[in-house]
Amino acid sequence: MAQSSQATGGLASIPALLQRNAAQFADKDAYREKEFGIWQTWTWAMTEKEIEALALGLINLGVKEGDFVAIIGRNRPSFYWSMVAAQSVGAVPVPVYNDSAAEEMEYILGHCGAKYAIVEDQEQVDKIIEIQDKLHQFEHMVYVDPRGLRKYDHRQLHEFGNIQAQGRAAHDELIGELKSRREKLDYDSTCVMLYTSGTTGKPKGVVLSNRNVIESAKNSSDFDSLTGDEEILSYLPMAWVGDFIFSVGQAYWCGFCVNCPESAETMMTDLREIGPTYYFAPPRIFETSLTSVMIRMEDSGDLKYALFHHFMDFAKTTGEKYGMPKRSLAKPDMKRRVKNAFRYAMGIGFAMETLLENGIRMAFAKLRHGSKAREHFKAKDPILLNLYRGNLRDYFKYRMGNVLVYGPLKDTLGFGRVRVGYTAGEAIGPEIFEFYRSLGINLKQLYGQTEATVFITAQPDGEVRADTVGVPSPDVEIKIADNGEIFYRSPGTFVEYYNNPESTASTKDAEGWVATGDAGFFEEDSGHLRIIDRAKDVGKMADGSMFAPKYVENKLKFYPDILEAVLFGNGKDRCVAFINIDLTAVGNWAERNNIAYASYQELAGHPKVLDSIQGHVEAVNRSVADDPMLAGCQIHRFLVLHKELDADDGEMTRTRKVRRVIVADKFKDLVDGLYDGSASVSTNTEVTYEDGRKGSISATLELRDAQVAPTASKIAAE
Amino acid sequence: MSNDSYVTDDGRTIGPTVMEMKNITLRFGGVKAITDISFDIREGEIRAIIGPNGAGKSSMLNVISGFYVPQEGEVWYKGAKRPPMKPYQVAGQGIARTFQNIALFEGMTVLDNVMTGRLRQMKANLFEQAIWKGKAEREEVENREKVERIIDFLEIQAIRKTPVGRLPYGLKKRVELARALAAEPSILLLDEPMAGMNVEEKEDMSRFILDMNDEFGTTIALIEHDMGVVMDLSDRVVVMDYGKKIGDGTPSEVRNNQDVIDAYLGVAHD
Repeated sequence: MAQSSQATGGLASIPALLQRNAAQFADKDAYREKEFGIWQTWTWAMTEKEIEALALGLINLGVKEGDFVAIIGRNRPSFYWSMVAAQSVGAVPVPVYNDSAAEEMEYILGHCGAKYAIVEDQEQVDKIIEIQDKLHQFEHMVYVDPRGLRKYDHRQLHEFGNIQAQGRAAHDELIGELKSRREKLDYDSTCVMLYTSGTTGKPKGVVLSNRNVIESAKNSSDFDSLTGDEEILSYLPMAWVGDFIFSVGQAYWCGFCVNCPESAETMMTDLREIGPTYYFAPPRIFETSLTSVMIRMEDSGDLKYALFHHFMDFAKTTGEKYGMPKRSLAKPDMKRRVKNAFRYAMGIGFAMETLLENGIRMAFAKLRHGSKAREHFKAKDPILLNLYRGNLRDYFKYRMGNVLVYGPLKDTLGFGRVRVGYTAGEAIGPEIFEFYRSLGINLKQLYGQTEATVFITAQPDGEVRADTVGVPSPDVEIKIADNGEIFYRSPGTFVEYYNNPESTASTKDAEGWVATGDAGFFEEDSGHLRIIDRAKDVGKMADGSMFAPKYVENKLKFYPDILEAVLFGNGKDRCVAFINIDLTAVGNWAERNNIAYASYQELAGHPKVLDSIQGHVEAVNRSVADDPMLAGCQIHRFLVLHKELDADDGEMTRTRKVRRVIVADKFKDLVDGLYDGSASVSTNTEVTYEDGRKGSISATLELRDAQVAPTASKIAAE
Repeated sequence: MSNDSYVTDDGRTIGPTVMEMKNITLRFGGVKAITDISFDIREGEIRAIIGPNGAGKSSMLNVISGFYVPQEGEVWYKGAKRPPMKPYQVAGQGIARTFQNIALFEGMTVLDNVMTGRLRQMKANLFEQAIWKGKAEREEVENREKVERIIDFLEIQAIRKTPVGRLPYGLKKRVELARALAAEPSILLLDEPMAGMNVEEKEDMSRFILDMNDEFGTTIALIEHDMGVVMDLSDRVVVMDYGKKIGDGTPSEVRNNQDVIDAYLGVAHD
């Protein structure tokens, strides 16, 4: 492993990078947060002062080197500062998911022995107070938002602002201490500890060193040529490794600006206001945006509707060629601006003509067909465009589409300035992926995990495809074991699982190779990695053929009305599936088709919904049948679940990955019903509300048979 | 009338009497809506007025807000007898209210609606507003800042620019509360703040009422039907029935009052 590479220019820790940024980019924006309706800004110099005051305050509070400081809140500058301040005083920040229930926090805080916690508001303070009796080591809590906390016992409770004020007051006595602690940080000292979401069993604390974080940030920034001019919106959970790398690692390495939304609900508005140049989201976010665009287009005027579909169809084949942002700086220079203005101006002329011609044709279509005009009217290109031939014609048409459709749409979605966008965590539907790319958004896929400090593989520009996850990231070595499991080693390879040498040993071998737990293979011609499934989920059917549930589930989830799917069949002779419908998409469809429903449960059980889901299942069966290796995974029977799988019920992780074993166990009666051929099953399910109260819902579910396509090998045999 | 302060069990300071109703009687023609009612409201307390339908609660609130002028009795406010006033004059004295049936400007955004709560604080005249630069702009910025704090406080950032007409009922109630709060009232009158809400919305609203009282020290007088909410929230409760006061005291005193039990559980009237 490349242990020899030393820190560049003494920049061996995040606090050291902060010092550099404060000197080098003093007046550049480092953080923005929307508060009271206005974007409040902190420059790097101001950030350094804030963090220093907080660090001094923490020393004053008694934080020792090596202590763990839990950080619980949504993305706000205060919490990013808290992480760096904790590092500056030699402590280890442990970000925790802020929507965790009290018991989950108790496990994490107990496991790392956190003595301090920096939390957001009354809600989090209440949770910690609830579990405080069981945490013997716990000492002090700092809160950011004082609302409702005035009457609380303040012996162990401190306001964030007061801690900073105490730090400023004690500046002269403690600054020496802070400096000496900061200088002791080296490339091998712990940078952060992140708890994995734990699809199976308890979460594990992944210890990442400064080397892991800084090397990964450096390599990945170089890979995508990120600069200090990027803008990112931090809205993903702070406890997730991705947010730590993007909003801390890369932000400090490159010196770019981190923007924090006003609240979780205003995320989309804030995204649009900021217009990030570097964007990261799990596939779910892209799916939701796409669904809402499609729903809104259904409700739009006929001309708009026709133009949208006309240009989106066109972009499918040409977006890659004409739409992608050129490798330019995040802030375009004068030459680029002039060029952009010219390209836009070119589009406008044709766009006016398109609107005029199609507007007139639409008016006639309305006269002839009345309210049915939409079905009879297809948008056309303007006559003048025929002056051009071949590539030039496509080029002009794309510019025109950019004025009419792509540009405004990207702006509405908040992707107007995105240069590099990533999706990871799950497979993304090819159609969704293609939709965003054809708009000219450079959306790419990467494959990573907490233990690798995110990056294992990523797609380089120009080699982007929906079904692969790209080539190994810089300095990452990958090997594939005989059973298909992927192993890697890199400078980002984690140090250890905290207090868990057995797990560390079983995951990372003596040479530094780490087992990912995923099965995959390299495509021979392109050198790209393809992921099949979790290695432990890949099983065998009774007849010995391969069982890869995720592969089939992903195909199902690519339909907008299917939110989640769970496939069963390991060791059995055939596969069955649970399906969760997407309430937004199916609800909209129901509205359009005059189907009345009162609840999720009622909609999920509606025969027409079942019919349409059955259609999807059978289509997936046909596509699975094409792959001889996985043809056994076709779905013979399925049901639509009466409740959404939810993290509060333990059916999913906080990062929304299905906990297969728990689901199989909890809904055992349903699985049995699917296998014994019964036509319906009555069941009663316990649900947990967000505040921890429990209730139950009962339902009678209809189980359906799906048609199975003949497999390629069977046809050959016949 | 009392001038002393005391501290409640949960650590809030309740100040001296700020408003006192003395022998109020209100008649509409031959109908007596309120008969000879006296009670006081102390600074910083949450004072509830409860009673069955038609007991005269809303009329009482309208007397406090100056909408009705009682035929008999006196209203004392901050140690002085209040002459008959128009509602806007009462509002000028620092008494704000919300309505049982929401009374917002449906076509305006949430932000604009809440800004109307600040109108009394805006001094720029028509001419200055037209010129805009200078006084009008400065005032707008100052007031917007106050309004934004309230929007933040009531967690309605996400609907800041949404027209009120598009909002669900529970949120409209919250917007109305925001507008009342924007006037920075010393007494806030809430007319059935929780009517027609589900349990979760009621919990949210209760939290906001408590937080408001705690953060801004606002004195709150509220009418409410939900007994559970009233008993949890309020410091003292006035119980009315058929326009008469039948009980006054802490929630536990009121709960054990035989007249109150009769009024709520029903007893034969003769």
